[in-house]
Amino acid sequence: MAEKVLMKGNEAIAEAAIIAGCRHYFGYPITPQTEIAAYMAKRMPKIGGVFLQAESEIAAINMVYGTSSAGKRVMTSSSSPGISLKSEGISYLAGADLPALVVNCQRGGPGLGGIQPSQSDYFQATRGGGHGDYHMIVLAPASVQEMAQLTIRGFELADEYRMTAMILADGTIGQMMEPVSFDFDILPQPEKPWAATGTQMKRTHNIINSLYLSPEVLEQKNIERFEKYDAICEKEALAEEYLTDDAEIVIAAFGIAARVAKNAVNAARAEGIKAGLIRPITLWPFPVKTFAKTIGKAKEIISVELSMGQMIEDVRLATECKVPVSLTKRVGGMIPSPEEVYAAIKAAAERAGE
Amino acid sequence: MVVFDRPHALCDIPLHYCPGCTHGIVHRLVAETIDELGIEGRTVGIAPVGCSVMAYDYFNCDMIEAAHGRAPAVATGVKRADPDNLVVFSYQGDGDLASIGTAETVHAAARNENITIIFINNAIYGMTGGQMAPTSLPGQVTQTSPYGRDVKACGYPVKICEMLSMLDGPEYLERVAVNNVKNVRAAKKAIKKAFTNQIEGKGFSLIEVISSCPTNWGMTPSDALKWVDEKMIPYYPLGVYKDRSAGIIPGKEEA
Repeated sequence: MAEKVLMKGNEAIAEAAIIAGCRHYFGYPITPQTEIAAYMAKRMPKIGGVFLQAESEIAAINMVYGTSSAGKRVMTSSSSPGISLKSEGISYLAGADLPALVVNCQRGGPGLGGIQPSQSDYFQATRGGGHGDYHMIVLAPASVQEMAQLTIRGFELADEYRMTAMILADGTIGQMMEPVSFDFDILPQPEKPWAATGTQMKRTHNIINSLYLSPEVLEQKNIERFEKYDAICEKEALAEEYLTDDAEIVIAAFGIAARVAKNAVNAARAEGIKAGLIRPITLWPFPVKTFAKTIGKAKEIISVELSMGQMIEDVRLATECKVPVSLTKRVGGMIPSPEEVYAAIKAAAERAGE
Repeated sequence: MVVFDRPHALCDIPLHYCPGCTHGIVHRLVAETIDELGIEGRTVGIAPVGCSVMAYDYFNCDMIEAAHGRAPAVATGVKRADPDNLVVFSYQGDGDLASIGTAETVHAAARNENITIIFINNAIYGMTGGQMAPTSLPGQVTQTSPYGRDVKACGYPVKICEMLSMLDGPEYLERVAVNNVKNVRAAKKAIKKAFTNQIEGKGFSLIEVISSCPTNWGMTPSDALKWVDEKMIPYYPLGVYKDRSAGIIPGKEEA
């Protein structure tokens, strides 16, 4: 058993990034994710890496664009308002097919919102966020251990598919401390023959670009990118299933909401209610097949979210509206209690029994 | 005997620039510099958004197209990826560098980021059809200042070299023009120095090139060059605004 250390979720992301071979971090301060920058500021100079506090989130994501263009593993992190600012750059990363890791340690919104945890950037993350047709791979950790594990996986996926991977965390998982092991098997970094590393006068010049003035060419680029997305949907969707085999009432929840929901599921089981939990780990691609299994089996799905109801739309799509789906939510930095979720399960079970 | 040829660093394809536009001259000066310094194989250029957006097709070195105004941040990311090997330059117009990208410009200069910036100031947005630029002269008629730039309503032109010279960060700032042979030769010298500074690790060098835009100024190419002499250069005086290694630092006596 590997040694475990007690760490904040944000720090676990930073350490995992270093283990994954990331030596370039560009960021801008914003609560509740600044521990990542602070950790990088301390560690990077000691391992020959680069920590740079940019003049803005916009500059930081464009520095990421530059370092990624030059073929290096690179990341930035921010929280909700800062991710809005980075969205221009994320769209350019998508258009130029560049790998990058972006962390969103969400806080309540819209606008300046608050600094307490939220999941209200689900739409922004899973639909791309910036302009144009594109997606990011969106990973949703529910523990400090997963903050580390999914950071490493995020770098691997970003490099494999040449696209942005986002860690969609929240203020709670970012700030809370749990034991974490950094004993990971990491895939070797792939070659990047497309990168702008200098021609060495041995090849024609590489061009990193998202501008295609010919509509025929731009259409083709989009179609090819979506063929890649289709392959990702087929291969990379991931979810944890908890007591779903015989479940009549299924909770859909990710991140911190799933932690709360699991307690409520256990409480419901103790009362004889057949409750279960599907916890999407990838939000894009959404684990459609896992949810489709509930069709004809579950009597109701309860989407538990720290938003006014965003993932619920994907749950309905995945179940083709063949299972009733309800919403249990808290927003603005509030987190539902296990009792609130239990009450929702109980009410659903009563409806199902009628 | 060949006495004048296309620089190797300049691709052998037609440029899309309008007749009389000075982008072609500046492209050539950059490419000559890359050839003379023997750095094409380790140079990465950053193209902006604006008329020179397709500069990535014109230089034989590796090229990156940046979002509008963000070239200094992109250049920072590239340079920091391989600082001992890569030579990184951005090539930006006035709307890109002095309006939407002001923050990126100022902070790259403040960090003395070891990059080279070629800044084309032609006092207008060319690509989008001739709108008022941050550098448009007071009274200048453009598509979005049809009665002339009214400084009471939209303020005064931004003088980038003067502004950046107040920062402790940057190594070298010079304003040049390419409207006659003498000025073109001086511009070449400045551009070469800006690249040499980077190779020697001296830091941030920006060359502002006063350029012409006959199409959007509504002038013949020769009248446009005259306008550079008579209107642009008096407002944007040519010269070295900062050269730390040579002791030219505003507010301090020259060495």
